[in-house]
Amino acid sequence: MTNRFQIYVLLVAFALLLILPFIGSRYSVELATQILIFGLLATSLNILVGYLGAASFGHAAFFAIGGYACAYFLTTLGWPLVVSMIGAVLLTALASLVIGFFCVRLNEIYFSMLTLAFSMLVWAVALKWKPVTGGDDGFVGVAVPEYLSNYFTFFLFTLGVVTISMIVLMIIGNSTMGRVFIAIRENQTRASFLGVNVRRMRLIAFVIAGTFAGIAGTLLALYVRGMYPETAFWSQSGHILIMVLLGGMHAFIGPFLGASALTLLEVTIGQYTEYWQVFVGVILVIVVLAAPEGIFGLVRSVTKRLGGQKDDDA
Amino acid sequence: MDLLEVKDLHVSYGLSKILHGVSLSVKPGELISLVGRNGVGKSTTMRGIMGLTAPKSGSILWKGQEIRGRKPHVNAKDGIGFVPEDRRIFSGLSVAENLDVAKLPASEGQQLWDEDRVFSFFPDLKQFKDRKGGLLSGGQQQMLTLGRTLMGNPELLLLDEPSEGLAPLIVADIAEKIRELKAAGFSIILAEQNLDFVLSLSDRCYVLEKGAVVYSGTAQELRDNHEVQDKYLHI
Repeated sequence: MTNRFQIYVLLVAFALLLILPFIGSRYSVELATQILIFGLLATSLNILVGYLGAASFGHAAFFAIGGYACAYFLTTLGWPLVVSMIGAVLLTALASLVIGFFCVRLNEIYFSMLTLAFSMLVWAVALKWKPVTGGDDGFVGVAVPEYLSNYFTFFLFTLGVVTISMIVLMIIGNSTMGRVFIAIRENQTRASFLGVNVRRMRLIAFVIAGTFAGIAGTLLALYVRGMYPETAFWSQSGHILIMVLLGGMHAFIGPFLGASALTLLEVTIGQYTEYWQVFVGVILVIVVLAAPEGIFGLVRSVTKRLGGQKDDDA
Repeated sequence: MDLLEVKDLHVSYGLSKILHGVSLSVKPGELISLVGRNGVGKSTTMRGIMGLTAPKSGSILWKGQEIRGRKPHVNAKDGIGFVPEDRRIFSGLSVAENLDVAKLPASEGQQLWDEDRVFSFFPDLKQFKDRKGGLLSGGQQQMLTLGRTLMGNPELLLLDEPSEGLAPLIVADIAEKIRELKAAGFSIILAEQNLDFVLSLSDRCYVLEKGAVVYSGTAQELRDNHEVQDKYLHI
């Protein structure tokens, strides 16, 4: 699902983002920060949707767990930043192991429904466990360290964390393990008689996806300087799923493109009308009907037609 | 001792009984075949041995150990290699990736199959290394399914209708490859409808009819027994 073309796109994107804070406005840098966080989040979900073929409807749960845990460790317990982030990510990994243990026993819509149920459980905990999460008011005032408290350094920090995470995800996707995930997506029975312990591999994919969503969550908590129960709500999970579908789930960079496009659409249209969701909805319908492989599929078919290249990508 | 001994195997899909007590055995290095018309239970016997379809009763002894009810991936790791009918490759993965996902360590004393060895065994596949499995021809897909199973370093190969739907020339190629595998020491169970193909390769044959073994004998005995051929095999 990754090829040379995609790696070039990523390198160009990285170079542009690296110079952005030196030439761009504060607004554009903050927008880019948000895109990076959601890009990582959507890419993590694609390990399940695009590689493994299991549509999770509850991915926001891990985004929220990572964010709340980071906020709690950093602010309430006063742990140093790095320790708080690592602790939050480990906790998210543990949570995805426990939730995944039950979810990967099911397939297709039953899997999706169970992930949805667990995420609503996480949402309810965020809403009701006031001493830790702040309940309905949210966790307000995350103690972001001094050196990250301006938009410029925080952007570079986010860029660093997201870049490293994306490289790790790409390596996983291109490893034997990533191919085994694709084999499971194509046919579980076939994978099983070739010696693949399907349930265990599905659990591993679930934990990988949850863990990287947790990393995105810690960045969100630092970026917003707060955490709110809506982060775990089912509509947030749907939002991530839309990013994946919009960008194209059968290419590694597709979900990242989808996250960028959706965020930009929301912000741009939101400037003109409060009914922006209607317009975003219409655009989504058009994209899904006209380009079932998402934005990436569309870009790929155009560049292929122009360049006359032969088919070499997934 | 037999490598594999199947005793009185009963298999049902839901309410319909498919196998009514199939018994067979395979000695190390032996090639036995299951023959019979369509729907007599050849595939089901193999799926039952592999653990893909759980048998209701009976016994499957692998190297003397009961393996009935074991999961397919455990059987694969323990040296049983299944090559399904109609060439079920992973169409979205390249040839090399198809081999990669099926890689399993060999048990002791066996020569290790890796990508290089599969490519030297099937030279045709090497030039299509990076091509998506779905874009291969039928014969190439059959080679890939077989090569993929070899990557798991099995001791016993279950070959389900390897000649099905292939041109006669390709069938001859496949037969030659099976002969080479047998010479390399593999034990093989071959399920086939193509009688000439079976008789040219097998040590012993089991004739199946309505989910039960109705005849067993050496390939030579079956070749000479026109009564059995007419009754159970000719259409």
